[in-house]
Amino acid sequence: MDFTRRETLVIGAAAAAVVTLPMPAMASAVDDAIAAFTGGADMGDSGVELDAPEIAENGNTVPIEVSAEGASAIMVLAAGNPTPGVATFNFGPLAGAQRAKTRIRLAGTQDVIAIAKLADGSFAKAQKNVKVTIGGCGG
Amino acid sequence: MAENVRPRVKAPKSASAGEVVVLKTLISHPMESGQRKDSSGNVIPRSIINRFTCEFNGESVVDVKMEPAISTNPYFEFEAKVPESGDFKFTWYDDDGSVYEDTQSVTVG
Amino acid sequence: MKFNAMTAVAALMLAVPGIAAADPDDDTLIINGELEMTTKAPLPAHMEDVNMDQIMSGWHFRSDETQALEMDDFDNPGMIFVDAGRDQWNAVEGSEGKSCASCHEDESSMTGVRAVYPKWDEKAGEVQTVAMQINDCRVNNMGAEPYKYDSGPMANMEALIALQSRGMPVNVKIDGPAQETWEKGKEIYYTRFGQLELSCANCHEDNYGNMIRADHLSQGQINGFPTYRLKNAKLNTAHGRFKGCIRDTRAHTFSPGSDEFVALELYVASRGNGLSVEGPSVRN
Repeated sequence: MDFTRRETLVIGAAAAAVVTLPMPAMASAVDDAIAAFTGGADMGDSGVELDAPEIAENGNTVPIEVSAEGASAIMVLAAGNPTPGVATFNFGPLAGAQRAKTRIRLAGTQDVIAIAKLADGSFAKAQKNVKVTIGGCGG
Repeated sequence: MAENVRPRVKAPKSASAGEVVVLKTLISHPMESGQRKDSSGNVIPRSIINRFTCEFNGESVVDVKMEPAISTNPYFEFEAKVPESGDFKFTWYDDDGSVYEDTQSVTVG
Repeated sequence: MKFNAMTAVAALMLAVPGIAAADPDDDTLIINGELEMTTKAPLPAHMEDVNMDQIMSGWHFRSDETQALEMDDFDNPGMIFVDAGRDQWNAVEGSEGKSCASCHEDESSMTGVRAVYPKWDEKAGEVQTVAMQINDCRVNNMGAEPYKYDSGPMANMEALIALQSRGMPVNVKIDGPAQETWEKGKEIYYTRFGQLELSCANCHEDNYGNMIRADHLSQGQINGFPTYRLKNAKLNTAHGRFKGCIRDTRAHTFSPGSDEFVALELYVASRGNGLSVEGPSVRN
């Protein structure tokens, strides 16, 4: 089978589209979650801390810690999971600090995102890439 | 109700007035994500704990919305202010409507 | 880092992520801020001819985050299963109307047991594991159904019993009537199985400290069993782990509770003589 130059280009473009399609879909799920939390407000980059291992030994149980002094809520997202939501911590009047630790699932190497609603009503975002390793022989 | 669900809480028995204490909770639960398939290829339906709350004498410490990305046997560590003697109440809400509770008393002396 | 011909072969086979220097660390395992564990010990006498400097708990081969999970009993998810094991301990089952506690009272009566098992049983005329003893009690003393050998309830009970000996040195006997079983276990340890033709020793003696793909090969010690694995978020028994390892060599494996695995458990346990009992430990 022979392809003309034009046909080849079209096929190439179509293939590229197929490969890249899931990306905007995923990005929009993350964007949607952020928009729902922030109402579309701008996000600063200070005032929220996210601690996660650089390399996770197993994606099934990855320890993370978030904190944001005075924040009313912190939302955590895993941008590369099938659904990006992880948890939203809403801090009450008796929270001793706006800080929490938990253990999360990461489907693969990806960015973990924490967005805090700060005391003044503004939003701040922190992001960390976590590499998830694949086990040895699968045992 | 998921089988053998058992909440565990680590909280101090006493504190001074206004002290900030560290609380840890762990509950045994499979947190079935809804993403897995069984051996015949059918999707195993999602069954998770979707919310966790901690209150002290009825006032909120933390209220967590949980998604399927929280690991099996969910673990939380956070801090609470203890203004007076009273009870911490910990509540976990299951997708299936089950509610699991634990209470820990703290004495301010 | 150990280096030999096998390492070189492994380096070629596993070159994609690069062979990172992945030596075990020098951290100290202190549980609950008070119980210091022996996680490195001199080679037991029977390993004199083995090309190793010392024996080491698998804890040293894990990341800081995974290690931390074992350093506090509340952070250790394996303790969920100890609680379940305690309920089983106190539950009356079977035709005789007894629980474990009916005869053994408090679970602390099991102190020291995990450290010396598998052990020759004179009455049975064979080497028995803790799991076999549990089922012997259930069937013959309680009139109850035995637990499936590597089931959840069995792992729970093993974890409860192991915890009573935590911090005590593993000290299984390998001479006298146990010797024949021990020799059999040793032979299995050095036999290559499966399409990959790998023995236990190829990975856990010749290559511990090296990476196998992105994972860190330990010495394959079982002093920490039953162990909570992040991978499957549950307690895993030693025999369940043996099965997984042999399966990964692409072999037909022996069954949990089989004579072969009992012998292998005795031999592998003896390679850890001197390390603290760590169960329930936490691994990846």
